[in-house]
Amino acid sequence: MRRLFQNSGHLIRPALVLVAGVGAFLLIRAAVVPKAFGQYGHYRPAALDLVRQHPLAYAGQEQCVMCHEEQANARKAGKHAHVACEACHGPLAAHASAPSIKPKLPDVAGLCRRCHEKDAAKPEWFPQVATAEHSGGMKCTDCHQPHNPHL
Amino acid sequence: MDITRRDLFQIGGKLLVLASVGATLEQIMGAEAPSEAYRMADHWWGMIIDIDKCIGCGNCVRGCARENGVPAGYFRTWVERYQVAEGQQPVVDSPDGAMNGFPAPTREGVKAFFVPKLCNQCAESPCVQVCPVGATFVSPDGVVLVDREYCLGCRYCVQACPYGCRYLHPETRTVDKCTLCYHRITQGLTTACCENCPTGARQLVDFKNPRDPAHEFLRKNKVEVLKPYMATRAKVYYKNLDGSVR
Repeated sequence: MRRLFQNSGHLIRPALVLVAGVGAFLLIRAAVVPKAFGQYGHYRPAALDLVRQHPLAYAGQEQCVMCHEEQANARKAGKHAHVACEACHGPLAAHASAPSIKPKLPDVAGLCRRCHEKDAAKPEWFPQVATAEHSGGMKCTDCHQPHNPHL
Repeated sequence: MDITRRDLFQIGGKLLVLASVGATLEQIMGAEAPSEAYRMADHWWGMIIDIDKCIGCGNCVRGCARENGVPAGYFRTWVERYQVAEGQQPVVDSPDGAMNGFPAPTREGVKAFFVPKLCNQCAESPCVQVCPVGATFVSPDGVVLVDREYCLGCRYCVQACPYGCRYLHPETRTVDKCTLCYHRITQGLTTACCENCPTGARQLVDFKNPRDPAHEFLRKNKVEVLKPYMATRAKVYYKNLDGSVR
């Protein structure tokens, strides 16, 4: 019995080393793993906020309509009713938050064609023209009002 | 007081255990939920795409690039044109991702259509499964996102994505992809691509919102996801998807 007790040091010492090792591992892990890691899954919850911090470029339809009622009503009455303002006018979140920033009018020549140039891959219900024959070189806006494009 | 080697070990061990318990407790207590009006548990995002409405104008591609600052030559969304002659392999093109539409005319007399593509926001995404560090994940509201401060840039996920939706950002050298405009949809706006689509071919969907018109759309139309055999539980549904689309 006494001999067993005498030799127990051979067990206790490695056990202490093991405990110290585990403790060191836990300490380092706590220092290295980001805060709240694993709250929703195997990732940092702070990453969600990081992605959400991205600034807006497009203000969204509702913002435009708040001020530009006349154009919105004209658009609502025509075939472009479901085309958002910024789809043609470009990203205008900066203008929406500071109206003194005046946006440039879109270049009509390329803009209309990109949607309405005749192409066999476009669905048949969609209004298309071969622009070269259709207008004879005239600008689209010479005949059509872009907000309500019927003649 | 004399301190033996044994005492020293004992004191050291106790200190270590105490410190690690303290650190673990701090980690648990320190975790706090973001306190904002947007509740992630109330949403489950996806998209429906009506191929019969896509006119290949590329408005979505331009809108996405401007909203998200996508570097030139890289795409978070793009549009492909399929030209399928009977009994032949389909001819697919996407000049500059359709950033400027499709300037070259489509062949006459073949089946031709446009297919807009983007991250399919898979619920069981291979890209998430292969990430070695937990830098990409499916958010609680169903959007596959990248933690750009945690990404190593190892590109495993770029290879794992069956849809080719990821790229290594040339400046940050971390992986970048479609976020489904997470910064927009979490404040009640639609995505930049949906905002810019002139025909409504793309519609953002919140599957957890019972009033979302997408439920009716999915009930009344025949829809399919891309590569269903990959079993990724993709959440971008295509109406009237042709069998030639890959």
